[in-house]
Parts: sequence; structure tokens; C-alpha cells
Amino acid sequence: MTVLHADNVSYDIAGRSLVSNIDLICESGQFVALLGANGAGKSTLIRMLSGLERPSRGQVRLDARAIRAIDRRVLARRRAYIPQNARVEWPVAVERLVALGLMPQIPVFGDLDRAAWRKVEAALALCDLSHKTGQPATTLSGGELARAMLARALVGEPEIVIADEPLSGLDPKHAMDGVARLAALARDGRLIIASIHDLTLAARYATHVAIMRGGRLLAYGPTASTLTSSCIRAAFDVDACIQGSGAQAIVDFIARPDTPALHPFPGLAPA
Amino acid sequence: MVRPPQAPLPLMLALLLAAAGASLVIGKVWLPPVVLFDGLAAPKPNLAWLIVTELRIPRTVLALMVGATLGLGGAVLQGLLRNPLAEPGLLGVSGGAALGAVIAIYFGLAARFALVTPLLGIAGALAAGALTFLFGRSGTLTLILAGSAVSGLAAAGLALALNFAPSPYAAYEITTWLLGSVAEREWSQIVLCTPFILAGWLCLAATPRGLDALTLGEAQAESLGVNLNMLRALALAGVALSVGAATAMAGAIGFVGLVAPHLVRPFVGYRPSRILLPSAVFGALLLLVTDIAIRVIPTSAELKLGVLTSLIGTPFFFWLVLRLRRLSP
Repeated sequence: MTVLHADNVSYDIAGRSLVSNIDLICESGQFVALLGANGAGKSTLIRMLSGLERPSRGQVRLDARAIRAIDRRVLARRRAYIPQNARVEWPVAVERLVALGLMPQIPVFGDLDRAAWRKVEAALALCDLSHKTGQPATTLSGGELARAMLARALVGEPEIVIADEPLSGLDPKHAMDGVARLAALARDGRLIIASIHDLTLAARYATHVAIMRGGRLLAYGPTASTLTSSCIRAAFDVDACIQGSGAQAIVDFIARPDTPALHPFPGLAPA
Repeated sequence: MVRPPQAPLPLMLALLLAAAGASLVIGKVWLPPVVLFDGLAAPKPNLAWLIVTELRIPRTVLALMVGATLGLGGAVLQGLLRNPLAEPGLLGVSGGAALGAVIAIYFGLAARFALVTPLLGIAGALAAGALTFLFGRSGTLTLILAGSAVSGLAAAGLALALNFAPSPYAAYEITTWLLGSVAEREWSQIVLCTPFILAGWLCLAATPRGLDALTLGEAQAESLGVNLNMLRALALAGVALSVGAATAMAGAIGFVGLVAPHLVRPFVGYRPSRILLPSAVFGALLLLVTDIAIRVIPTSAELKLGVLTSLIGTPFFFWLVLRLRRLSP
């Protein structure tokens, strides 16, 4: 059992507080969807949970050990991190891109052995990319690249996968496939933490939701009891109606009748 | 799994060997192999033996070391900065080395002790590297900015030296040195620079893992256990030592460090770690062949090595621009 604990963490930069006093405990088997408006502090929290950023106050602990005290390569074997809009810088083959995920496992000198290549092939198959193996990664479409990054994260079989908006820019089918894949990984016993903007997908697939606003944690708990219309209103300033539950859940937004219609060019609006 | 085409490393090494042989033969006085071997067999010192050991071999060794250093430095910096236009001079160390060497010439120290020029050149490169590190260590962009600031500072110093040159002859000497050459260097100078160049190569040889991880960008590289601050420091130290010492010996030689990584990259499947060795070998080959070409091309005044590499390199730069434009519409 893996436990990731954000113990009262805060993050300040240049006198501004991006994250304040967040307390969050996640365990293996959970798929935690991190929800919140733009600028709510999701990415900063994700970087701290990944051990990439040192909190200004408080600390993140992995199995009761301070995550920043864990050796870089040991930590890299246990948790995978996928940043927002991950890009590839050189036109390396897709298999090579995925194989980079094994870097913490292989010795400093030497190349991948047969067993490692089998892992790469398995990760490619898992992410439906077997047919793209030799293709330069720079020629992949947005959805394919997102899958390749997921394959890169999974190839080392980490206990924890932390992804920053893994669904952004994906079409509906690929977004659904992607989130279903993350949910399957959680059922498989891993801890998955992902920031997600599509509330319907979060409601359908996440086991838990953590809702942020202004750097604070508004609510955290099992999806069904935590993702409520009042909570959505508090986090996003929109009215929402939630229909159904589980795999049939739909979160829809409702325009408030008292909201004045916005004119695209206020100065030209008829009086 | 599709494997990238194998690097033509054996072919390049064979060409390198052939070029090194040709470099001993070709020059103002041609020494065909027969004459060469006769000279080695005959009682020493004789003319052929002197030409080979005191002129041709130092020149060849220096061209190989400088070319390999530029190729390797360019490959590491392009990988580190993930920018195909990065070249070894980017971090200001070449400017620092040139300034140090020019100070030696300016004060007339170079005429008195042969070792002063490379020594001050290396000191200049290390000072420039330290300055760049001091200001730019926190990130890649700041590293580039600090490097250009240090380059600018060195360029200002060079301009100042030319401005206040004690005599037209000194100004001429400074300008000629800046053009870049591997001719007429003494063994003692080469021996002085070699440890710095080797130490630099060692630092650069520790970077390939991190460079590969940077294919995924800085955030993911860090998440894979790469210490980015350490990687930047190693690359900067390696470039300051090796490129600094090379520039202190040979002056500013452009384009080799830019061109070599590009030409070998497709052969290794674009993997940043795998271009280091081929790029060094190709850089050495490129500089040696250019240096041989200088001796063959009939010109009234001596054509300088740095001038010819720039002449050859500029069309390549245009080609690079065209290619980038085609790739990103």
C-alpha cells in the first residue's frame, strides 16, 4: 500500500500565495481527479505532490518519508509525472521516447536489454500505439503524443502516476479512452492523480475528487458524495446540474437567468 | 522494432585516419610517403623529419583536438538547450578565451613567452564560464542570456584592445590571431592545453543520460531523476575547459560546432546521447580537411582556417534556415 500525504503544504512565490495549507492523503487504488478553475493552484500542487517542487511550508510525504529526501532515481522508479502539454524535442522514434521511461531502472552505462524492450512493447500495446513504433515522435498527432507520454510514464510500472491535465486538447473519444485507461490503472492497484477540466469524465471515472479554489482545498472525498452542484458552484462560479451517477453521470452547466448577456464589444452595444 | 540506421562511425574513423596521413604529406613542402619514410630512417635531424615532427604533427594533432572539441561541445549544448542553433561559443567562453589571448598579444607578452597566450586564453575562458555560471545557473534561458551578456562583454574588450592597440602592427597581429589557425603552434603550447581539453571532455562525457532525458523537456527529465542544475554545471564546465582551451590555442573557429552535430544526427535516430562521439569525430575530420584545403588552395596571403570554416559554414546556415522553415510552416 502506497500512501502519498500532502501535510499542510503551502507554496508562495514573489509574495503571492499559489497554494495554501493543503492537507491531502491519497492511497493506492484511488483515482483522484484534481478539479478547479484556471489558476486555482492545481499545477503547483501537482508539482509538489510529484516531489519536483519544494513547498514553502509543510511537506509531502511518501509512505511517511519526506518525498524531497528520497533519492531522485528511487523516486523516479516509484512515481511517474506527466506535465501539461508534454512536448518532444527531437524526432526520436516512438519506441525510444517510451524507453526513456526506463531510464531510472537501467544502469548508467549500457543500453536496454531484451526484457526492457518487452516492457516497452507492452506499454506501447497498452496505449494502443504498437503500429506507431518506428515513427518519429514529432509526427504524432496530439492524441497519439498524449498516449505516447502515458506509455512513457507506465513503462517503468510506477506505483504512482501524476498527470497534469492529461486530457487537454484531446477529442471526445481519445479523452474518454485516456481517462478510462487511468481508471483501469487505479483498479490495478496504482495511485493515479490527474487534474481534469471535464467534470463529466471526472464524475464517471474518478474514485475521489479534490476540488481547489484560490490555492485552497474546498473539498476532498469519494466522487459521489463530494462532487455536488453546490461544490461546483463554490469552485467554478457556475450552476451545475448533476444527473445520474457512476458510469452514466453527466455534469451540465446552467446559465444563470440573472447573468446579463455579454456583448462581445461592450462599447458598441445598443443602449 | 525499427532500428535507426547505424552511425557510419567506422567509415568516419577511416576517413579521419586517411586525412591525418594526408595532413603529414601536404603543405608548402610536399613530403610524399617515400620521402617521409626516408626521413624517418635517415640520421636525425634531417629536413623531412623536422618538418613532420615540429610542424605537421603538432598542426594535425591540434586540428584534431580542436575539431573534436568543437563537435562535442556543439552536440552537448544543442542537446542541453534543445536548440539546433546552439554552438560552443554561445556561453561566452570562446569570447573569454579570445579576450585573454588578445590581452597577451596586446601587452607584448606573447612575443616573450610562447605559453602566455594559451595560458591567458584559458584563464579568460574559465573566468567567462564562471561569470556565465554565476548569473545563469538557475535555468536554461538565463544560461543563454548570461552567455550572450558575457560574449558581449568579451567583444567589447576585444574592440577596446583594437582601439588602443599600441601600434598598427599589434592591431594587425590581434586581428590575424582572431581569424583562427592551427598552424605554427609549438609542442609546449599543445602540452599545456591538453589537460584542460581532456578534463573538459570528461565533464561532457558525463552528460549523455541527462541529454536523452531532456528529449521529454525539463519537467519530465527532472521527474526521471535527472539533476538539471548538475547537468547544466557539467556542460558549462566541460565547454569552458575544452572549448576555452581550444580557442586559446587556435582562435575563434566558427561553424564546426554548429554543423557537425546536425550532419550526424539523422544517422543515430536523433538521440541526443548518441551524437556526441560521431559529432566529435566529424568535427575533427571537418577541421582537419579544411586545414589541408588551406594549404592546397593557392592564395597570395595565407588563408586562415577560421575564415574558410566560416565561408563553408554560412551556406550551411542558410540551408538550416530553409529546412527549419519547411518543417514549421
